[in-house]
Parts: sequence; C-alpha cells; structure tokens
Amino acid sequence: MKILVCVKRVPAPGAKINVTGDGMDVDSAHLGFTTSPHEECGVEGAIQLKEEHGGEVTVLTLGGGEAEEQLRYAASVGADHGVLVKTDGAPWDPQRTAAAIAEAIGDLETDDPFDLILFGNESADAGGFQVGIRVAHALGRPIVQGIKGIDVGDGSVTARREIDGGFEVYELPRTCVLGVKEGLNLPRYPTMKGRLASKKLEIQTVDGNADAGGMARVRLRRPAEQVSETIILGEGPKAASAVVDVLEELGVL
Amino acid sequence: MLLVILEHDRGELVEAAREALTFGRALAEKMDTDLEAALIGSDHDDLVEAAGAFGAQTVHTCTHDVLSDYGPDAFGAVVAQMIDSLSPDAVLACGSDRGNEVMAQAAARLDVPFVSNCTDATPGDPWSITRVQWGGSLLEDTTLEADVPMLTCGLHTVPAEAGNAQDADAEEFDAELDASHAVTIVKDRVVQEAGVTLPTAPVVVGGGRGVGSENGFAPLEELATLLGGRVGCSRAVTNLGWRPHSDQVGQTGTRIAPEIYIATGISGAIQHWVGAMASKHILAINTDREANMVVKADWAVIADLHEVIPAITEEIKRRRG
Amino acid sequence: MSDSSTNSVPTTAKVVVLGAGIVGNCVVGHLARLGWKDMVLIDKGPLPNPGGSTGHASNFIFPVDHNKEMALLGEQSANQYRDMDLSVDAGGIEVARTQERMDELQRRMTSAKAWGIEAHLLTPAEVKELVPFINEKVILGGFYCPTVSVVDSLETGTTMRKEAIETAGLQVFANTEVLDVLTDDTPRPNGRRKVTGVVTDKGTIEAEHVVIACGVWSNRIAYMADTYIPLVPAVHQMADVGPMDILAETNNEIGYPIVRDMDTFCYERQSSGSMEVGSYGHRAILHHPDEIPSNQEAALSPTEMPFTPDDFDDQMETAIELMDMLGEAEIKYAINGLLSLTPDGMPCLGEMPDVENLWSAAAVWVKEGPGMGQVVAEWMTYGNPRVIDSHGADIARFYDEEKSDAHIWARAEESFIKTYGIVHPAEQWAGERQLVQSPYRSRQEDLGAEFFQARVWERPQWYGSNADLVERYDLSEREVEWDNRWWSPITVGEHLNLRENCGMIDLSAFQIYELEGPGAVAFADYLAVNKVDVPVGRSVYTPWLTHDGGFHSDLTMMRLGEETVRIVTGVFDGGRDDFWIRKHMPNDGSVTFRNITKEISTLGLWGPNAPAVLGQLTDHDLSQDGSPCGSYLDATIAGVECKLFRISYVGDTGWEIYVPWDRATDVWDAVLEAGKDHGLRITGGGVYSLSGRIEKGYRLVGAELESEYNPVEAGLARPKVKAADFIGKEAYLAAREAGAEVQCVTLSVEDNTDSQGRKRYMQGGNEPILDMNGDRIIDSHGRASRVTTAGYAPSVGKMLLMGYVPNELAEPGTDLQVMYMNELYPCKVVGSGSAFDPEDTRLKG
Repeated sequence: MKILVCVKRVPAPGAKINVTGDGMDVDSAHLGFTTSPHEECGVEGAIQLKEEHGGEVTVLTLGGGEAEEQLRYAASVGADHGVLVKTDGAPWDPQRTAAAIAEAIGDLETDDPFDLILFGNESADAGGFQVGIRVAHALGRPIVQGIKGIDVGDGSVTARREIDGGFEVYELPRTCVLGVKEGLNLPRYPTMKGRLASKKLEIQTVDGNADAGGMARVRLRRPAEQVSETIILGEGPKAASAVVDVLEELGVL
Repeated sequence: MLLVILEHDRGELVEAAREALTFGRALAEKMDTDLEAALIGSDHDDLVEAAGAFGAQTVHTCTHDVLSDYGPDAFGAVVAQMIDSLSPDAVLACGSDRGNEVMAQAAARLDVPFVSNCTDATPGDPWSITRVQWGGSLLEDTTLEADVPMLTCGLHTVPAEAGNAQDADAEEFDAELDASHAVTIVKDRVVQEAGVTLPTAPVVVGGGRGVGSENGFAPLEELATLLGGRVGCSRAVTNLGWRPHSDQVGQTGTRIAPEIYIATGISGAIQHWVGAMASKHILAINTDREANMVVKADWAVIADLHEVIPAITEEIKRRRG
Repeated sequence: MSDSSTNSVPTTAKVVVLGAGIVGNCVVGHLARLGWKDMVLIDKGPLPNPGGSTGHASNFIFPVDHNKEMALLGEQSANQYRDMDLSVDAGGIEVARTQERMDELQRRMTSAKAWGIEAHLLTPAEVKELVPFINEKVILGGFYCPTVSVVDSLETGTTMRKEAIETAGLQVFANTEVLDVLTDDTPRPNGRRKVTGVVTDKGTIEAEHVVIACGVWSNRIAYMADTYIPLVPAVHQMADVGPMDILAETNNEIGYPIVRDMDTFCYERQSSGSMEVGSYGHRAILHHPDEIPSNQEAALSPTEMPFTPDDFDDQMETAIELMDMLGEAEIKYAINGLLSLTPDGMPCLGEMPDVENLWSAAAVWVKEGPGMGQVVAEWMTYGNPRVIDSHGADIARFYDEEKSDAHIWARAEESFIKTYGIVHPAEQWAGERQLVQSPYRSRQEDLGAEFFQARVWERPQWYGSNADLVERYDLSEREVEWDNRWWSPITVGEHLNLRENCGMIDLSAFQIYELEGPGAVAFADYLAVNKVDVPVGRSVYTPWLTHDGGFHSDLTMMRLGEETVRIVTGVFDGGRDDFWIRKHMPNDGSVTFRNITKEISTLGLWGPNAPAVLGQLTDHDLSQDGSPCGSYLDATIAGVECKLFRISYVGDTGWEIYVPWDRATDVWDAVLEAGKDHGLRITGGGVYSLSGRIEKGYRLVGAELESEYNPVEAGLARPKVKAADFIGKEAYLAAREAGAEVQCVTLSVEDNTDSQGRKRYMQGGNEPILDMNGDRIIDSHGRASRVTTAGYAPSVGKMLLMGYVPNELAEPGTDLQVMYMNELYPCKVVGSGSAFDPEDTRLKG
C-alpha cells in the first residue's frame, strides 16, 4: 500500500503559552516543536499498516525549512519518504493550506496514486477542522473525520469513530482520506538507529503555491484570566474531612 | 436570513444545537435579519417546535434515503445545496465534531471560507470574528471576507437559552443526493459501555504522572467508584501506557464537564486544562501550590496524593456508615 | 490567583538562603549543624523539586579528579550522601579508545592513589566481565573505580532541609520569587557595600546574611545586588533509551557500573530498565539566564530545555558503537539539560568581595553539593572553610576583566569540550588572551616570548630569542611528549644563564597595593604574622593567616613611609588578597586602600652580574651595606624614578625594580643595554615561578602554603612572635606550642627512568609521595603527603619535588617514593631548606 500522512509542525508548550509582541504568532522562543498529536498517531497508524500490508509511507508537511525536523522524526519511526511543501513559515489560513497541499499531492500522484491518505482531525494550534476535508474534495476522495481505528481489507477500509459510549463504523473504498485522532494508537518512540537513519532521508521540496483564502489574522491574544482565589482546604491527609464537606455540599456524595 | 444547521439525535435536538440557536439568535439580531434553521435527516414536529422555542422562524427539513443515518458527505451536500437555493446571509452550526465536519464538507464543496469554533462574530465588510486556538488557551481575532460566511460557534461558548419563541414553520427542502453521497454513511454502531462515561460523568477523579504507575491508579478508581464517577488522566499518563487513551482528559482527548473534577498530581499543562475547563468545580491535590491546576482550581489540598486520596475514601466510607 | 492563606515571609532573619536545590538545602543543613538559627530558605519553584539542575541531574559521582579541591570535596560529598543512606556504590569505569586516553588512565590511577580512592586498571576482557553488553573490541582498557556512587540528590536536599527545619527552626518559602537584593551603598573606605535584605513577592526580609545558591540563575540574582557571579547556564544533553531486558533484569535502579566513554564525550548510566546516555561532546550551547523559561512556561522544567537532536547524533553513533543494544532501544526522553559553567571550571564560593555578607554558593554540581554546602557554611561561621582549603573555588579570585558575559561565554565555549577531555596541567587557553598586558608586550613579542596566561595577565614563560642557550648548555627536549608539552629546554638555558650571568624578568603581573593613613601600619600588622612596623625603607616577607592559623597569603610588605605600607603579592592571589584587605580594614577613615597594580610595573634583575649591570645605571651604593636584603631605596634609572627592592625569589642576588608604568619601557631598554656585556638575558616565568624557586625550596601560596597548613609545619615560623595582635594569632601560638608533626621538605628524584627506559618529569599535580612499601603517608589530620611543586633543577642536575612529610621521614637522606603516571620512582629527602646554595652565599654576596 502507498500511504500518505500529512502532518503539521506545532510548538510544545507547558502550562502557559505566550504570544509574540506583535501578537501575530505564539512566542516559541523557549519551546520545543513536535508533530501535532493527532498526526503523530497518523504516522504511527500508517507505519503499522505498512508493517501489516507491506508498502511505503510518505509524510508531507507544509511549512518553512524548520518543518523538515518533523519529516525526519517521522522517518526515524519508519516513514520512507518526506515531502516539504515549502512556504515562508508564516501561519497560512486553512483554504490556502489545503489548496497548496492538494496541488502538491496531485503532482506527487501523477505516476502512482496513494491508497490511503491520513490527516489529523484538527491541528493542535489553529484547530481549523477543515484542511483534510478540503484536500479530500480537491482530490475527489471520500473522507471521514474523528477516526480512532483503521482496518484495511482487500478493496475497502473500515474506520471506527468514537462516540459517547461506543463507536460508529464506516466503510470506505481503499482510496480514501481519513481524519484521525489521538487514541488511534500509542506512537512508538524512535530508536537510536532510527534517528541516525532519518538523517539520510532525502526530503523532496516543492514550492507551496496558493492564494490566500477569506480569513486574515488580526492578532492572537490570551483570553481574560478568570482571577479567583483557590481555597486551600489543608496541607495533608487531615484535609480529607474538609474535602468531603465540599463533596457533600455539591451533592455528589 | 441566518441559517442554523441543527444537530439531532434520536428525536431530540442535542445540547450543541440549542447552543447554536442561542448564539444564532444574538447574531441574527446583530445582522438585523431573521433566524432560520435546517434539520437534515428529519422532519419531526418535535424538533421543529424545539427550534421555534429558541427563536427560529422557519425550519427547513430535508429527508432522503441517503440521509437515513449520519454521513458527512451527504449532510455536507445538503448544506451546500441549501446555501445555493436558500441564499442565506450566513450559515452557523455548533462546533461539535459533527458540526465542524458538516460545515467543512459544505465549504469544501462550495470552495468558500469556513471559520470554526468562534466565540464572537460581528457582521461587516469584512466580518470581525474571534475564534479559539489551542483548544481555547488562546484567542484569534480574524477578519472574514466571504459571500456567505460559514461559522461554527465553539461548544459551550454560550449556554443554551430559549428565547424569542416562534411558531416555527416547517419547509421541506428537496436535496439531490445519490449513491456517491452514501459512501460515507455510518455503516454500524457499536455500544461499548453502559452507564457513566467520561464525557458525561458527574465526578471525574484525574491522575497525572504523579500517580507513579499503572497500579497507582487503584485508589483513584476506588474513589471514583464511590462517587459514581470515572477516572481520567493526563496525556503524560497515556503516553506512558498506564491508561488507555479513552481516559485522557485533554485537548486531544476527552473534554469533561462534571460537577467536580478532582485533579491529583496534575500540573495542568494547557492542553490538559482545555479538556478540564468546562468542569463546574475543580479540586486540585498537588504538592506544588503554584501548579497551574492549583491556581485555577476552586479548592486545593497541598499534599501528596498518595496520602490524601485514601484518607478521603476513608472519610466518605465513615460518613456513609 | 494563589491562595491568600500563604504565610508571608518574616520581616527579619539572620540568614536568607536563596535557592532550594542541592546546594541551598545543604547550606542550610550545614548552617543548622553549626548552630545557626533564625534562617529562611526561599525558592521561586515548588518543593521538593523547584525545577533547577538538581531535578534532572544524572546523580553519579566519579570521585577521582586531578584537582585537589574537586577530588576531596567530591569524596566528602559522596560520604555525606552515604551517611544519609541516599547513595549506592554502583562502580564506574572510564574506558579508553585511544592510547592517549590509556596514558591518561595511568594519570587517573595516580590521582586515585593520591586521594586514597580504590581504583584498578582493567583489560577490555575485564571490562566486559563487569559490563557484558559492552563491545570490548573498540576499547583498549578501562579505569575502574568501585566506589563510584549514585545518589538521590533530591532526597538528600530534602533531608538536609528538614533537618534544618527541625533542629534550627528554618522557615521555608517555596513558590516565592526574589525581586530584589537590598544593599546599603553608603560609601566606605573599604570600598564594599553591605547586604541588608531581600525583596520577595511575599514581602521584604531584613537580613544580616544572604546566600545566593540559585544555580543557573545565580548571576541574575547577583545583578540585583549590582554585583557579579561569573557563571553561564550551559546545556549538557541527555537521552533516556530503553527499555532493555538486560537492564530490567537487574531489578535495580542501577545494577551495572556506569561507563564513561570520555574519548567520545559520553557516559552511559543505567536507570532501571533504561540507559541514560549523556553527552559533553556537542557544541557549547549557552543561554542567558533571562532566556530560561519560568516553571509555568516550561514544557518539563526550566532547566530541562527542548532537545536539539542534531547535536546528539555523533554521540548516538559512538554510543551504539560501544553498546550495540542501544541501537534498537527507543529514545523515550531527551533534553538539553542546563548546568552552570564558570570561566575556569571551578565553582564560585565565599563572600562577595564587593558586598559584605552576601555569599555565593554557585556553579556547584551534584557531585560536590553537600561538601560545598559545608564549605560555605563554615566560611560564614569561622571566616574560612575548615573541611578543605578552598582558594580555587573562592569567588574573590576573579579579576574585573573576568567578570563579563563576553568573557565567560567565550571561556565556556572553549572549556565545555574539555569536560571529558585530557587537560595538561600547564595547558593554556587559546582564546580570551591579552586581557591585560604588561608595558613590555611588543618588546617581548619581538624577543619571541612564549606567553602563558596568569588569570588575566600575560607572562612570558620563556623567550625564543634564547634558543641559542640550548646549544650553549647542551640541553635537549624531554623524551615523552606529555612531559615536553608546554615546556621548552630554553627555560633551562635561561635558568643556567641567570645563575652564571644574570637575567631580567617581567614581573608586571605583581599585584601592588598601598595602605595609607594613621591606622595603616597598625592594620598592616594586624594582617601579618611578622612585624610590619619596621623602619621606613625596610620590608618584611610574611604570611597572612586565616582565623584558624592556616595560610591565606604569603607576600611582601614594605614600610614606605610613617603611614604608608606597600603590599606586593602574586597575580594568582591578587583577587583574594585584595578582598582580605577590604574585609578586615577599619572603616573609621584611619586607613585608605589603593590598588596601584597598573601604576607600577616590576622588573626583576638577578644573577651574579646583577650588581654590575645595575651599577651602570645608578650611582647608589649597591653593596650589602648600601642596599641590604629586604630593604628598598629610591634611585633614578634612565631618568626614571624607581624603587630598588633587594629581594630574590630565585636564589641569586638582585633586585625587584619598581618602575612607573608609563616609563617602564625606558627602564627595560636601559637595563638590557647595560647588561649586554654581562651576559644578561631576558628571562621567563619558567625560571621565576619554578626552577629558581624550587632549587631554593621557596614555598608558594596555593602550592605548599594553603589554609590546611600552618607556618610551623611550613618551616616559616620565626623565632619570636610579635606582640601585636594579628589574624590567627591564637591558633598560631597554639600551633607553635604543639609543634608540627609534619614538615615541608624538598626531595630529589634519584632515578626518573620509567619502565620503558624513558626519563620522566613530574608535573607537580599532586603526585602521591609514598613510603618504601608503596603506601600512602597520612598524618594525624588525615593529610596525605603529595607533591606540591615539581620541577627540574638545572643547577642541581636533578628533578626536585616539594611536599609535606611526617617528622620521622623528614631527615635528609630518607628514602621515599613518588608515583607519576602510575609508576614509582625513588626519591630522597634533601631537607627543609634549599637544595641549591643552602647557605645562601649568592644572596649574601
């Protein structure tokens, strides 16, 4: 099988996230970067499918040169090819992102189409919930979001989507797109050898070409802090009584 | 008019739909236009009436074989066709999983912009919109240029509130759907657990890395069971393989909304906070007084969770006799 | 908002310690043990792990170090961890991949012997027996130390802190940020300010003492007090890979010895089922303290910064080479961990020279934490540390030119790669040179000077223009490259020429001070053991003691006037001596202190022809009557007003000539010209600091003279003790009363031929002096005999050593042994006086 996974490079914040002085981006000065969580599971899912069914996995990302780091990380856990759709690194709106990715995939597929294409349900930062769907439409393929289980059969793909108390089952042709969610699997860590091998990955770079969509960012900002005092019930097991008082008051006892 | 796409399940409007109507009612007023709604896959009077109670004047219903169950392609196609035929001034849905999916499907078909998870929208040329990023930890102010703005409002941005009750008219909408739209219809539904689930639990007892091990969660399980609730955990815990992903409270896990969330040994990284912030009350148990979770909690016990949780369990048992 | 029920800080305290990592916790613990009360401990992070370097430390201690302070404090600390039952002896092996490293392991064995630490050299097969998963084919051998320990530094800190809470009522405030350090800036004669308290986000505390133990943030806190702690936060990468069955099967946090693969700048340390792989091999990655994220902003903790995988790849490859099983192991956790680096690699301990009662306890690693906590606590209690002489770590050692971010960063960049490197004892820095230059710089360059750096000064060690002396005296290079490194036979030639004719030496790096005022002489007498209140024109060579009667300094003091005393001390001690003066001088205005180092340059002129040379430049009577030893006179040389001071540190007659800095080159030229027909050669530090000195057995501060020894033991006690009071007098009198059980002696190496038939030359790096059974010689205070100075003595024709031995072994002619590079060489005690010209005839002539 030929599987394509589209990933996004996002910062990995702690308990507090800062915005740059001009408000146009997250202040990532102290931060490391990672692949957005849903997509990390997508990469792992693709590699597991490759291990089961044979084939190869291509990982694609749209971003500046620094996004190569995420392609190499994917290679260190088993991806075979990496494609960088190169931009100036600034955040792009979802229409523009999808258009550029769709064009790049179209070029990649001129000889040999992908079977399965995986996107993250939404990115950790922008959370647009739409890039995968737009790309799927541009490529003329069906897509279902929220997928946490994938089984590949001969001519079809069975995908499971979690709902409250259970899951829904979808059946799609093998040439389909899925928006996956974290929980699809527990991604493996790279091995030392995997990491070293990933340095040899030849990343194919294509220019990201697309017009801006209808959204234009004015600024990012932090929501107003709800300042309220935390009532300290105690500093040890003796606080248990006060805790149960609270539970009683709330009526959950 | 402002067209609100309503999500429904087993003959009832879901909470998300009611929130969307509430948000839509205010937005329609700002737009100085009528509020209308769309029901896809149903024409039940109950649902029409319910929409009317929230201010919808007209409810466009659409039924079809292909709409017998949920399917993103089919539903998205219907919305796209409604936009073409009914010419709304703007379209709104709630930012639930399905809401975002259906709106994105429609927007993709029409190749128009779609802005998800808004907290505020002001019509204009262009529109001024505020939406969430990082699951709600940051806000993005953005402008929107579109012939027909398509938005979802963030879940729980506004509490559902009936108002401006109308005697809503039901109008049938004929959609052109065929087998190609049926490819992504739900094929099957599997119920895995009855009873209290994490998203609906009234009490959640959460544990982070501080719990120490998979087995370390036993006291948390006991406490949760006693209180008729569920155990949740942080992303660190699921990454370590101590608990399944379905227990994860967080931006990429489950968003909980219990009466009380007891967060133990959890520092409160922003992605975890996003999953917990809809809790009505929070009690934090942590040795770090300045941990994010403690700072944001209503109550806190500054101590080692391994000492405190068993003590709480004991006290509950004692009081129950 | 955090809760309002948090206690606010007290308004006063005797001591406020900032920082609750391993160091801060151990400082309060040791202060409590020394009886201190009314203490407050503050940290901006949470407890027990506030997020500093302690929280992610690799927590192992390799006790063998070539540096005495680091070795002994490391061992001290290791024992403190053991006493608290928070230590496991895991054992450790330093493996060698190159022959050069194998040679270094021999040096390791020697240091192990010096400090009494059990160690063994292993073959590759023996290494493999201890570490079965090692690829023994890529190593040549290993240095195994069974007492390498793994400690729980977090728990240790907690234990020390709790002890202080229980026994001394310590108050602890976590999650409390220091916003300012308050000082009383009223100008005082001693030029020092005084700490008065700290401002925190929970209130202000008036305090008598404030201790900065803030790890990587220490300099930021120092800035708040308008002072400077020379350290920079630097990255050291570490990755946790695993799990691996063979490690998990040990069912132990650490079941296998730790491996240091120093040729590849790596270590591998088991951590339960995983292996922690650490690297000191990457480019120096330095961070400004302001770049360190807060506890809130950090994804992990402030000192666990995001990993930069590109910097680790080389180490990954070599680690897999050494331990193949690492290849398939998953990288579960990897960080750029932060630790502190200083310009010279030593910690920063002690009282801030410019701020009274503000203490530094910084740039300390887990391996010395408890010991250094004790050092600072004792310093605060007694005025000097007792557990070990700490002059190398004393924060007063720095000169102003070293107290800049630019300098520290440049040095840290150069030194980081040396963390696991093989560093020659005489190795010179490549960068940050010429920070201060003598007035003769360009002349020295023209004469082919080989410049050595002395803290911030440049001193020629020898001159290329003297290369012809090698042939004249039939000299040769040393056989073994290590012994020949940073050395030249030219220096031997310069020595012989000085003894035969005369030599001129640039001593501009002397640190020169002047005390003036009605109280100057009395104060000078208070600092010194020997009497300073001598007639104008005379001088005294004297130790300055610590309050415990050990050596703080050893220098010259000259009575320049009724109310003027000039002090001349060595460049390596200038910082500490400047501080010592300021610390003890009266502030009632009766004494002023001026550092006139850059106003006066010094030239040394010595040798049998020195009087003849100088005689051409002045009409003064330069005989022993006209210019007696220990006196100075004013003379005009080449039209420049100079002071001629009759003193010699090389054992030949001559003078130190004090020249105004801006006229210095005139005198230089004049003396060289006058010396042309008298065989005068420009001569380097190799003669002044080493060969000249060691032939005469002259003791040196930092070598023979440390605070652990007193003048009686050093053989510098004069027949009488002056009536005036001085620092350490009581202890000194007691020492004289008790007598010494050890003596400082010179030894000659009788045969310096090694097992391969090559002549070897000891470096003076604490080589152990052993008895004829090869055992260490330890006195009743636990001090082991070791080489304090080693040098080839050209006029004696032998390799000489200096060190302390017990009285019963101090008889001239006693046979002993010295270990060098793990081999034993026979020596003989020469005596406690001079090996060359023991009657000092050359000085009296």
